[in-house]
Amino acid sequence: MTTPLLRLSGLTKAYPGVVANQDVSFDVQAGEIHALLGENGAGKSTLVKTIYGLVKPDAGQMALQGAPFVPAEPRAARAAGVAMVFQHFSLFDAMNVAENIALGMENPPPQREIAARVRQVSDQYGLPLDPSRIVGELSAGERQRVEIVRCLLQDPKLLIMDEPTSVLTPQEVAILFETLRRLRAAGTAILYISHKLEEIRALCDAATVLRLGRVVGTCDPRATSAREMAELMVGSSLHVPHKAARPEGDVILTLQGLSAKAPHRFGTALREIDLTVRRGEILGIGGVAGNGQDELVAALSGEIRTARDMVQFDGQGIGHLAPNARRHLGLLAAPEERMGHAAAPDMSLTENALLTAAVRQHLTARGFVRWGKARAFAGSVIAAFDVRTPGAGNTARSLSGGNLQKFVIGREIMQAPALLVVNQPTWGVDASAAAAIRQALLDLAAKGAAVICISQDLDELMEISDRFAALNGGRLSDPRPAQGLNVEQIGLMLGGAHDMEVAHVDA
Amino acid sequence: MDLSAINPILLLASLMVAATPILLAAIGELVVERAGVLNLGVEGMMITGAVCGFIATITLGSSVLGFAGAALGGALLALVFGILTQVLLSNQVATGLALTLFGLGLAALLGQGYIGIKAPVIPKWPVPVLSDIPVIGPILFNHDPVVYLGILIVAAVWFFLSFTRAGLILRAVGENHDAAHALGYHVIRVRLLAIMFGGACAGLGGAYLSLVRVPQWTEGLTAGAGWIALAIVVFASWRPWRLLLGAYLFGGVTVLQLNLQAAGLAVPVAYLSMAPYLATILVLVMMRAGRAPGSLAQPFHASR
Repeated sequence: MTTPLLRLSGLTKAYPGVVANQDVSFDVQAGEIHALLGENGAGKSTLVKTIYGLVKPDAGQMALQGAPFVPAEPRAARAAGVAMVFQHFSLFDAMNVAENIALGMENPPPQREIAARVRQVSDQYGLPLDPSRIVGELSAGERQRVEIVRCLLQDPKLLIMDEPTSVLTPQEVAILFETLRRLRAAGTAILYISHKLEEIRALCDAATVLRLGRVVGTCDPRATSAREMAELMVGSSLHVPHKAARPEGDVILTLQGLSAKAPHRFGTALREIDLTVRRGEILGIGGVAGNGQDELVAALSGEIRTARDMVQFDGQGIGHLAPNARRHLGLLAAPEERMGHAAAPDMSLTENALLTAAVRQHLTARGFVRWGKARAFAGSVIAAFDVRTPGAGNTARSLSGGNLQKFVIGREIMQAPALLVVNQPTWGVDASAAAAIRQALLDLAAKGAAVICISQDLDELMEISDRFAALNGGRLSDPRPAQGLNVEQIGLMLGGAHDMEVAHVDA
Repeated sequence: MDLSAINPILLLASLMVAATPILLAAIGELVVERAGVLNLGVEGMMITGAVCGFIATITLGSSVLGFAGAALGGALLALVFGILTQVLLSNQVATGLALTLFGLGLAALLGQGYIGIKAPVIPKWPVPVLSDIPVIGPILFNHDPVVYLGILIVAAVWFFLSFTRAGLILRAVGENHDAAHALGYHVIRVRLLAIMFGGACAGLGGAYLSLVRVPQWTEGLTAGAGWIALAIVVFASWRPWRLLLGAYLFGGVTVLQLNLQAAGLAVPVAYLSMAPYLATILVLVMMRAGRAPGSLAQPFHASR
């Protein structure tokens, strides 16, 4: 048996109140794509941060190619040949591509040389990048390319990727996988974190599953079903959302030539969107981030106002109405960004419940807050949606992403909307919480409400929607029945891969 | 009124002198803000530098040591701000305002025994050959060394921010401190150094007032120059050469209004004294400010 590239033995890291990693041991071989699986809070991020030198373990050792590996800081890890692509991109918007790449390198050559090497690497791996572009103006896929090229320029022995595909189109994912396979063939080891089990089955050679900070199993993802892996992660059998047959209701929402200017410099203008949505239906809207999703939600929720008849709700023009007036009519929305948009981070859950539910749940009277009623409402959301928190008095910030997402979606569903608009309802949420949220959306539709679900997770959209439409550059395609659509058709609806090409140089 | 009494060459030359204190304070604050920190205590650091510089010059008998003392005093006061805001995570706006009030009081206390003393004159350093050029020579190349130093610092900051690795890291810290931390850069260390540089520059600016412009110690002699410096940083869109322009604009209007007063313009003195401030506000409103550093004035804590 050869020495593994990276050996972790007995890694333990505790934070006040939580043990993030306990006695974690496993090996990563050279030339292997190794999946790291686990729910939110299972300790994956802490573990990769330990390997990258951002977190110091309380106990345990690491060995890189047989030699002890104790990175004091990311620089040391980079110098030893460990590179990392972050989940939340670690990029600087106001700087250009070459500067961003230089910041991630240990001994960067002069800018001009970086530009030349960027071109060379992007040719070699089919990742086109212009070194002089400002990063703030790039699409999500291009931004990820910057991160990857930044890593590749350092010839890493081990590449850590944290949820790399969550913002990519299927075509972009295919190209990313091609790049990763090419790296594997060149002998690079890849530690790959993802929630998407089918991707892991298609790509990875080995998998380690973490639950509550411990290694609970290893498996060969090529020989294990996605369901089995999910159950290993959760530790119990997984609930699969159940889609009941629903009668077609009458029209609740009509959009007529909905157009709106981009609300800010990096925004997208909405162009001539026509759409009807019926009661009891779930309409799935796909699209690569930045193609008008946020703007469409804003135009529906009332954050962006338009001409009165561009948005018609129950036969009545409401394009000019503010969010609370729309809530009063029964149109509710849950935006994508949990912290700061859907919820005020430093306010309690009760206060956050009050912010959107005051109108429909009568939580205020004559300008005074009815705290008792507000607390009771927040408590009922917490109970009904299994939000794990000590109580409604805790701040939104103190909740994990998945729990806050359950709260934010639950808060709207509990107000019994006639139409609910959600954007990325399960983004960054673990498998069991995601299943619960999807089931809640299906239940809501079964009760006769209409749901518009905007998401970049196509599996999710296929799982719950009745009809599917795609946003591309602020235009909405004609909705098509979701049943029977295949990945290629969807990819075409989404506008295909954005100026990407498959790697074309022989490795 | 006799406008012919105004000599345009002298006017332009004294413009550079009038602009220097603000220029020095502003270039320091520019670096601080590019690192993502908003220090509203410029006025307090300037006046502390003014008094420290004055005391050091009188007691040590050297203007060079005086300016060094001013820089040291400003940097030390800035370090107090840095520890409060970066290590103890106090609010930057409130702490900066407190720093101004504290600096004004501290300077008044320190300067009590020095009121009425005159500072030694700092000789001019005409640049050989260049200062003999007609018109341009006396305007640009016949000044005391601190005026040249101010311009040199602007050039150095521009070069540092645009072409050096350390400058790139400083900008990265100011642009997105979480990403910079994730890449392994020491956000707090970079910011503390930037804050101290800002304090040292503000101190130099203050000392220029007490040692060259006035040149003696009086309470409150900075008279809002620190606030103007803060405004000029925004007006310059956080770019060094535009900052030079902004400082000269303010200095120009200041000198012009003094000349107009001397020439006996039939406008009440109060309006003329207002003019530099009004002009600065007007320009600030008209110019579209550029994009501020992304993490400006946000607290950074590694665990968030």
